[in-house]
Amino acid sequence: MDRILFGDNQFFAVNHISDEKSRAQSIQFKTDEAIMKTLNNAKNVGLNTFMCTTHDRIVAICDIIRKNPDEYSDYKIFPCMPYAHKYANAVTELGISGTIKQYVPGNVFGSILKGGMAIISKDYISLIELMIDAEMKMFKGINTPVIFLQNVITDLLLGLNCEEVLVAFCSHIKKKYNAEPGFITMNLPKLHEVLTRNGIENPIICSSINKVGFRMSGSIEAYEEVLRTKKGRFIAMQVLAGGAIPPEEAIEYICGLPNIESILFGASSQKNIESTMSYIHAFDEKQLTTAMAS
Amino acid sequence: MIKVALVGAGKMGVSHLSILGAHPDVEMVGVCDTSKIVTNFLERYSKMDCYADFTKMLDKAKPDAVFVAVPTKFHHQIIKIALERNIHVFAEKPFCLNTAEGKELVDLAAKKSLVNQVGYHNKFVGTFKEVKRIIKSGMLGDVYHFVAESYGPVVTKPKQSSWRSKPEEGGGCLMDYASHVIDLVNDIISPITQVKGATLKSIYSNTVEDAVYSVMNTTDNVSGILSVNWSEETYRKMSTTVTILGSKGKIISDANEMKLYLKDETKDYTKGWNVKYITDLTDQVNFNLRGEEYSAQIDYFVDAVLKRKPNNVNTFQQAMQTDKVIELIKQHR
Repeated sequence: MDRILFGDNQFFAVNHISDEKSRAQSIQFKTDEAIMKTLNNAKNVGLNTFMCTTHDRIVAICDIIRKNPDEYSDYKIFPCMPYAHKYANAVTELGISGTIKQYVPGNVFGSILKGGMAIISKDYISLIELMIDAEMKMFKGINTPVIFLQNVITDLLLGLNCEEVLVAFCSHIKKKYNAEPGFITMNLPKLHEVLTRNGIENPIICSSINKVGFRMSGSIEAYEEVLRTKKGRFIAMQVLAGGAIPPEEAIEYICGLPNIESILFGASSQKNIESTMSYIHAFDEKQLTTAMAS
Repeated sequence: MIKVALVGAGKMGVSHLSILGAHPDVEMVGVCDTSKIVTNFLERYSKMDCYADFTKMLDKAKPDAVFVAVPTKFHHQIIKIALERNIHVFAEKPFCLNTAEGKELVDLAAKKSLVNQVGYHNKFVGTFKEVKRIIKSGMLGDVYHFVAESYGPVVTKPKQSSWRSKPEEGGGCLMDYASHVIDLVNDIISPITQVKGATLKSIYSNTVEDAVYSVMNTTDNVSGILSVNWSEETYRKMSTTVTILGSKGKIISDANEMKLYLKDETKDYTKGWNVKYITDLTDQVNFNLRGEEYSAQIDYFVDAVLKRKPNNVNTFQQAMQTDKVIELIKQHR
C-alpha cells in the first residue's frame, strides 16, 4: 500500500465536525468534474490511491478512469463497502428482509423466502457474497488491490460475534477479486484480536488514530499497544480528529508511531492536500534520520 | 454481570445487540423476533438463543433486563409483561402511543423500583450535554426562545411499506423523528406544555405526515418553533440543530459543533463567539458501533441496573412528557 491514501469524505459531504462545512462540500462537489479535478490534483502530487466508499456517484468516477487507461495506468482504488446510509435508510423504510430483497440481485433470496425452507448457513454466506459482488460491479476493470468492509458493518459483526462472517468476507475478496481484504473499524484492539484468532494473519486494518484519542475505543494507550506489539498492516484515518488538532502536530504524532503503513486523508483544496503531504514527508524523513543515527 | 434479553431485532434492535454483545458486564441470554431470517442468522453466527414468543423467552432465559425495540404499538404490552416479572427495561423511542399507556408503565416501574430508560440518545451526545450544562448554569441568562430543527432523508419518494407509514402503529415523522427533538428541548430547556399551532404536512406519504412545524411554549414561558422534516434529501443522515436565545447570549448546536455567543465573559467561555467541537466534548466508550452516544446510553442503563449510577436520564417519566407533547401536536392535525 502507498504511504499516503486519498480519501473521499469531502466529496460526499461527510464532515465530522461541521454540518455547515458538509453543505459547502456538497455544493462544491456537485459535478463529477469537480470530483475528478480534485482527484487529479491529488494524483499530480503523487497520490495514486483513492480509497472510497461504494457511493452511487463513484460509478461515474470509475467510468472516467476506465475511459482514460493511459492517464490512470498506475491508479488504484481501494473500495470500501457498503455505502451504509443507503442501507440504513432502506432498513428504516423497508425493514431488514425488505432491504435484502431490494439490494440482493437475482432471485436467490426471493426463492428462499417463498419456499419457506429453513435457511442454512451456506445461504447466508452466498447472500453476503452476492451483496459484495453487487457493490463491486462498478469497479470492473479497475485496479482494486485492497477491498474494505466499512466500519458500520465490521463493528456490527464484531459486536454480534459473527467471526465466521468476517472470515467469509476475507475468503471471498481473495478468491473472487484476487485482492487483499481490509477492515475499517472504530475498535482496533478488539478487531485485531478477533481476526488473528481466526487465522487472518497480518490483517489490514484502518482505524481512527490521532493524538487526542478521538474515536479510539477503549483508550489511546490500547491502540498504541497494538501498534507496538502486534502484527498487522495498519492505516491511520481521522488523524486530524476532524480538525481538532493542528495539522503539523497531528502528523508529527502519527509519523512517530510504529507500524503505521499508510495514512488516509481527504481534502478539498490543493493547498490542504499539499500541506498535509509535505508534513507527512517531512516527519517521515525526520524519523528515518533519527533511526539511522541510532 | 447482568443477564439481558432483547425483543425486536430490527435496525435499532440489531444495533443494540451488537453493543450489548461487546459489553463486558452483559451476558446476552435471548433474542426474540418474528423474522426467521434474522433469528436464524443470529442463532447460526452469533450463537444466540432465539425465540419467536416473548413470554417463552422470559420463562426460559430469565433475564435481569430486557431491551424492547419492537414497533411502538407493541411497547405497552411488552413492557408491561416485563415489569410485572420484575425485569428492568430499556425501551426504544417513542415510548408509547399515548400517555394513558405510558402512565400505567411509569407507575408500574416506580412501584416495582425497576430501572427504566428510553432510547433518546441525543442526551448522550457531548455537544447537547454541554448545551444543557450551559443553560442550567445560567450562563445564557433568561432563556426566552428556541428553534429546534431536525431534517433527514427517510421518505424521499412516494412509497408506503412498513409500520412507519401507519399512524396507529407509531409511524410518521412526528412520532419517529420529531420525538427526538421534542425530548431534547424538554430536557435542555424546560418541558413543553403548550402547543399554540402546528402543521402536519404530508409530502410523499399518503397516510402519515412527513413534516411537522409548530409554535410552542414551555413551562418557563420560553417560546419556541419546531421544524422537523424527514423527507429532506439535502441531508445525508438525520441532523438535529437547536438554537437557543437568552438575555445574556445565544447557542447554536448540532451533534457535531456547538457555537456559543456570550455578552459577557464567564468562567469557561469568553465574550463573543465560542466554538466547541464534538471532539472536545466526547467521552471515550469501550465499544463504538455508530457513534459514542449509542454505547453511552447502554453503558448508563447497565450501570443503573448494577446500581453504579442513578436511574435519572431518559426515564419512562421523561419519555412520557415527550409523548404528552406529541399528543398536544396531534390535536392540531
